[in-house]
Amino acid sequence: MPNTNDSLLLMQGICKNFPGVQALLDVDFSLRRGEIHALMGENGAGKSTLIKVLTGVERQNSGKILLDGKEILAKSPLHAQELGISTVFQEINLCPNLSVAENILIGREPKKFGSINWTQLKHQARQILDRLDIDIDVTQSLGMYPVALQQMVAIARALEISSKILILDEPTSSLDARETEKLFDVMRKLKGEGLGIIFITHFLDQVYQISDRMTVLRNGRLVGTYDTAELPRMDLVSKMIGRSLDELEDMTRFKHETGKRIAQEPLLEAHQLGRTGSIQPFDLELHAGEVLGFAGLLGAGRTETANLLFGVDSPDHGTMTFDGQEVKKFSPLNSIHRGMAYCPEDRKADGIVGDLTVRENIVLALQASQGWFKFLSPKKQTEIADKYIKLLNIATPNADQLVKNLSGGNQQKVILARWLATNPQTLILDEPTRGIDVGAKTEIQKLVLELAEEGKACIFISSELEEVLRTSHRVMVLRDREVVAELAGGELEEKKIMQIIAGS
Amino acid sequence: MMEKFKIDRKFWPLLVTIGLFLLLYAYGFFSYRGFSNPQVFFNLFIDNAFLLITSIGMTFVILSGGIDLSIGAVIAFTTVLSAYLSEDWGLHPLVVIPMVLLVGTLLGAVMGSIIQFFKVQPFIVTLAGMFFARGMCFVISTDAITISHPFYRTLSLFRIPLFGKTFIPINVVIFLVVLAAAIYLAHFTRFGRTVYAIGGNEQSALLMGLPVARTKVLVYTLNGFCSALAGVVFSVYMLSGYGLYTNGLELDAIASVVIGGTQLTGGVGYVAGTVFGVLIQGLIQTTIMFQGTLNSWWTKIVVGLLTLLFIMMQSAFASARRTRLAAKSIDKSADRLPVGETELVPDA
Repeated sequence: MPNTNDSLLLMQGICKNFPGVQALLDVDFSLRRGEIHALMGENGAGKSTLIKVLTGVERQNSGKILLDGKEILAKSPLHAQELGISTVFQEINLCPNLSVAENILIGREPKKFGSINWTQLKHQARQILDRLDIDIDVTQSLGMYPVALQQMVAIARALEISSKILILDEPTSSLDARETEKLFDVMRKLKGEGLGIIFITHFLDQVYQISDRMTVLRNGRLVGTYDTAELPRMDLVSKMIGRSLDELEDMTRFKHETGKRIAQEPLLEAHQLGRTGSIQPFDLELHAGEVLGFAGLLGAGRTETANLLFGVDSPDHGTMTFDGQEVKKFSPLNSIHRGMAYCPEDRKADGIVGDLTVRENIVLALQASQGWFKFLSPKKQTEIADKYIKLLNIATPNADQLVKNLSGGNQQKVILARWLATNPQTLILDEPTRGIDVGAKTEIQKLVLELAEEGKACIFISSELEEVLRTSHRVMVLRDREVVAELAGGELEEKKIMQIIAGS
Repeated sequence: MMEKFKIDRKFWPLLVTIGLFLLLYAYGFFSYRGFSNPQVFFNLFIDNAFLLITSIGMTFVILSGGIDLSIGAVIAFTTVLSAYLSEDWGLHPLVVIPMVLLVGTLLGAVMGSIIQFFKVQPFIVTLAGMFFARGMCFVISTDAITISHPFYRTLSLFRIPLFGKTFIPINVVIFLVVLAAAIYLAHFTRFGRTVYAIGGNEQSALLMGLPVARTKVLVYTLNGFCSALAGVVFSVYMLSGYGLYTNGLELDAIASVVIGGTQLTGGVGYVAGTVFGVLIQGLIQTTIMFQGTLNSWWTKIVVGLLTLLFIMMQSAFASARRTRLAAKSIDKSADRLPVGETELVPDA
């Protein structure tokens, strides 16, 4: 426990439950004055929940927060700002149509005789930007500037509210190297002024470059707080990922067994298939009974490859054969008719229809593939829904529950059920375990292997390297929109793939 | 120094509008005898004062990203109510005018509150408001009521002489006061800037701690007041009240705002642009009158085409902007160094 005196912020024993999920359990966090503190963890580890509790978006179920030694409870993000806690998000929450100066000061604009004093407003805005060493025309609309500058303006606005704590949530995701450097300069400067900065990112390099300490969360629990200089990178990664060994060994054994039954002839074959601006031409073979993993960073071209294979995008290069026949027309409907199914990455945006029931969501794709005029009777629908609820272990009171009331993992299973109901031969799963807790993750991974055992061909896409390795018989590695390697058998090692991804 | 003279991109639509106005005026000026009389120019304001006033209110609504379909009906209702109160009840106009202004303002406030607090589409709420106001006209009187009170007559005959033989009546004075107040409101008060912020991105405005709810209700309240005031001006102009007056005027007002360069999606535009939007419509009408052989309904056709043209111009500007931004981000990815990208790389 750090000394309370040098702590600007102290969060103690924070717990937060959402229906069905323990998002945070007894988490401690402390932030010193003049410190850059990285908050680390995988997706779903509880980072964003912790920030939401701190900034008043969510209220903790138990635990207390001390700012400058005094207990606080932020009622809203606005209230948190008044207390001195400001957040700058990856998406910029400013008005692109207003000038830079207004965006910094609107709501607190200087006035003269009751009307806005524009001269003073511009002057004040310039002063704040000077503090960040930024020299731009403050009278221009914000939307005219690149994202990096807009982000600086967002930081300027946060500072203007005389911040004690600045939270930067994935601020570098849309910045290039030079812009990131500039942001770091600003962060160092503010740190020197005594601000406490909480930095959230998934770029490990950046964490080691800028942070003083880091706190690691995993599955809503605190793993620990460490001095950055004293925690080697590999240790950090293993702390972030965590493993329960028995379960994983079982899975590995199971994978090896299913691996023996992979068909000799490829079911799906791509020759130099590619699309300009989306993915470089690549070769691909997918066999029945096989799980093929796609590994690579976000934006490496994994989803783009899946889109080509399923016909969401048409290729402008190369050919593809399915079951020995050349594919001429690329469209999702044709793919469905060929017995393919695709679970897209963003289940909220592309998959689940929250206001429909579990039953309706499950039969959606089956109904679509049959044509809208051959209506499935309610009885048949319930039969199918019940079958998959049981098969996939979907936690729902009954088939007529609205899907939005289910937890993330169960929603994901409903999407899987939707595609399984069409009895596909080939299944493409893009990030099927994103944002769901670890228990549900292993269940879905196991399910994928079971499907392979039944003789289906699966493509498994995930940002979590470990997960790809655990479930896939073969792995294709992508980097910068290009397939750079294909590994199988003994080559499937985390370290090796990391090196390929890093390009060394 | 050249930088100073570069015109900001955001003024382009406004400049196009003003340019079009000047072009049309020049055309009439050189084509028709008598067009050069300054009174022709002043008549543009005299004949359209009520439309100018209500369009200014509409500008705020559209800037906030909303729409108001009730204004034509509210103007008609104001004329009927004014006539009824002064003729049938015998109230003095100095009592009647504040009363009808209050009624219009309240109607706006109620519609704004429903839009904000019940989260109903402005289109639907103000459509209901339109039917309500139009219906109320005929509840009061199915026929036109002539206003005979001497005060109204005095008002309508009141003229401020300008140079030569030209003059402007009281309704133009009222318009000028409204215009000055609106420009002040839009650019020098927190209310006005909040309207722009809401139109730009309502979610952001909320997160920036701006009084979004209050401002949105106020925008419709202000528009209610402006339509009622336009109704007062119109009853002075017509010296009567009738439920069939200003049918479809809301659409003229919306067209004026759009032709004036304000984006229907909100957040971008100027009150001054709206004034030119109205004047362009008036100028087309005047030109057709001078031309003599064309049916006056051609005004509508030309205004329709112009509205379409301006909407298309807006989306062309918007997509040009998108392309520019996209080009910027492509530049960026071209010189992207792999510093931020080497995630999960073990220590060498």
